[in-house]
Amino acid sequence: MLDTYLPILVVIGIAFAFALGSVVLSRLIGMKKPSEVKLAPYECGMPLIGSAQERFSIKFYIIAMLFILFDIEAVFLYPWAIMFKRLGMFGFIEMGVFIIILLVGFIYVWKKGALEWE
Amino acid sequence: MENLVQEAIQNVNLQAIMPSLILSGFGMLLLLASVFMKRGNTTPIAWMSIIALVITGFVSLSGWNNVQAGFAGSVVLDNFATFFSLICIAAAILTILMSDDYLKREEFPVAEYYPLILFTTAGAMWMASGTDLMTIFLGLEVLSVSLYVLAGYFRDQTKSNEAGLKYFFLGAFSTGFLLYGVALLYGVTGSTKIQKIAEYVSAHPDAVLNKMFIAGGLLMLTGFLFKVAAAPFHMWTPDVYQGAPTPITAFMSAGPKAAAFAAFMRVTIIGLDGMQSDLSAIFWILAVLTMTVGNFIALGQQDLKRMLAYSSISHAGYALVGMVAWNEVGLSAILFYMLVYTFMNMGAFAVLVLIGKKGEENLTLDGIAGFGYKKPVLAVALCIFLFSLMGLLPTAGFTGKFYIFAGAVKAGYIWLAVLGVLNSAVSLFYYLRVMVQMYFKEPTEDFAWVKINVSTAISIVVSIIGVLYLGIVPGTLMNLARLAGF
Repeated sequence: MLDTYLPILVVIGIAFAFALGSVVLSRLIGMKKPSEVKLAPYECGMPLIGSAQERFSIKFYIIAMLFILFDIEAVFLYPWAIMFKRLGMFGFIEMGVFIIILLVGFIYVWKKGALEWE
Repeated sequence: MENLVQEAIQNVNLQAIMPSLILSGFGMLLLLASVFMKRGNTTPIAWMSIIALVITGFVSLSGWNNVQAGFAGSVVLDNFATFFSLICIAAAILTILMSDDYLKREEFPVAEYYPLILFTTAGAMWMASGTDLMTIFLGLEVLSVSLYVLAGYFRDQTKSNEAGLKYFFLGAFSTGFLLYGVALLYGVTGSTKIQKIAEYVSAHPDAVLNKMFIAGGLLMLTGFLFKVAAAPFHMWTPDVYQGAPTPITAFMSAGPKAAAFAAFMRVTIIGLDGMQSDLSAIFWILAVLTMTVGNFIALGQQDLKRMLAYSSISHAGYALVGMVAWNEVGLSAILFYMLVYTFMNMGAFAVLVLIGKKGEENLTLDGIAGFGYKKPVLAVALCIFLFSLMGLLPTAGFTGKFYIFAGAVKAGYIWLAVLGVLNSAVSLFYYLRVMVQMYFKEPTEDFAWVKINVSTAISIVVSIIGVLYLGIVPGTLMNLARLAGF
């Protein structure tokens, strides 16, 4: 049973070896010409504008929380979609109720103004 | 696979979860309604919540003498669940009645308050009807999460924030204990169904020697004992009860506590039936400890809400005496006692709600000096509830304690009953001190801010009727409690 997973293990091993090998090899035999720009932390190619350790708006917190809530909805939809035919009408109605409950939550946060950025 | 799916669908019996389903539905509707209404106008929501609770009460009555099992036997609506559901509904209605004017006085009327109470009640009912450890856990979480929010309701007050945060942290940890215990029990018995655990215990008399089983059982009991605020897991109670809004404090000490007792009883009495002698040994220590700790620390309290918090701990101890007895009288006495406690405690808190000024700094022993002369009617009402909490005739507190101790005596725990009665004697001191303050001290204030409003008055009157009815003619409800017990 377990040996059917062996190829996956081999692939994982190769991937690790390749990644690790590239880094180690380039460090060992590569040329090194450091400059100030090269040593700066890489941030999407944009010039550095300050430290990453600063306060950020609490609005992100609410958005992140709401995102997780509605993300979970999608997580539950996947297994249901796979079993859709077997669960039939019963599963359809159950899922409808589930989505309506989430919809109530969505209308609630919307009306509460949690989605307004300003 | 195909069969499993079909079986799962056929085993659904919505009748079994109808009460909590209806209540959650109403909760969501009211939540939705609240955002479309004018801010601060919470009275309509309050009355609609009461209507929702009354409807739910009637629906849950359908389970009386008509057992409905659903979801492959993981939830059941039987007499036991119905009885506890009705206790929780009564507690919720009394809470909402005393909340409306309270929230306006505190100048913090937020409509979400009422849907949250409905969700808490739905969770409590779910807990009372769970026959699978996972269902019970689910109910516990629904109940707890709503209560965490309600305890920290006054978000601009430090003590309310403290209450919410403390309750959340300690509650989350205790839930973790409970869940870990459930996981270990599942590992040993191969099921989370209470019935299956019971079968395992009866088939394996040596389960007591199984270390994993002991660890699982004890962790699970810890989780429940935390929720019923039994010593030594009572540390959160005083701070949370003091900081939470007063009606919520009343609610917490009645509804959710009853639900926790319901789940606790179902798990231990049915699931761990084969371990009665071992568990009784644990329970009597806990019962004595809880009674004593609650009563003795209450002696030194100046703050009335804090005093009632310790009193509520000691009452959990009395109820645990019924668990020690583990016989028909003792167990049905717990059901009866939870009902009695709901009325007497909610009533006492309702009077406190009226006495308090905004911010409730005056709810101390000194703050009520001479109250009996200024507001005689309310003072008499408070006295009735305090007499009942003491356990004096002719109030319900006496009959409740009488049945509990009768159960203990019948099971041969005469010394435990004696200890319980001695504890009641200790409790006389701090309850009487409130009365002494009210009647034998010169008034320092005129209590002009104390205005009796209709809805709070209804909750006080209903509580008085409950306390006196259950005290003078306890037979009918005691019989119902006996029918609801195992």
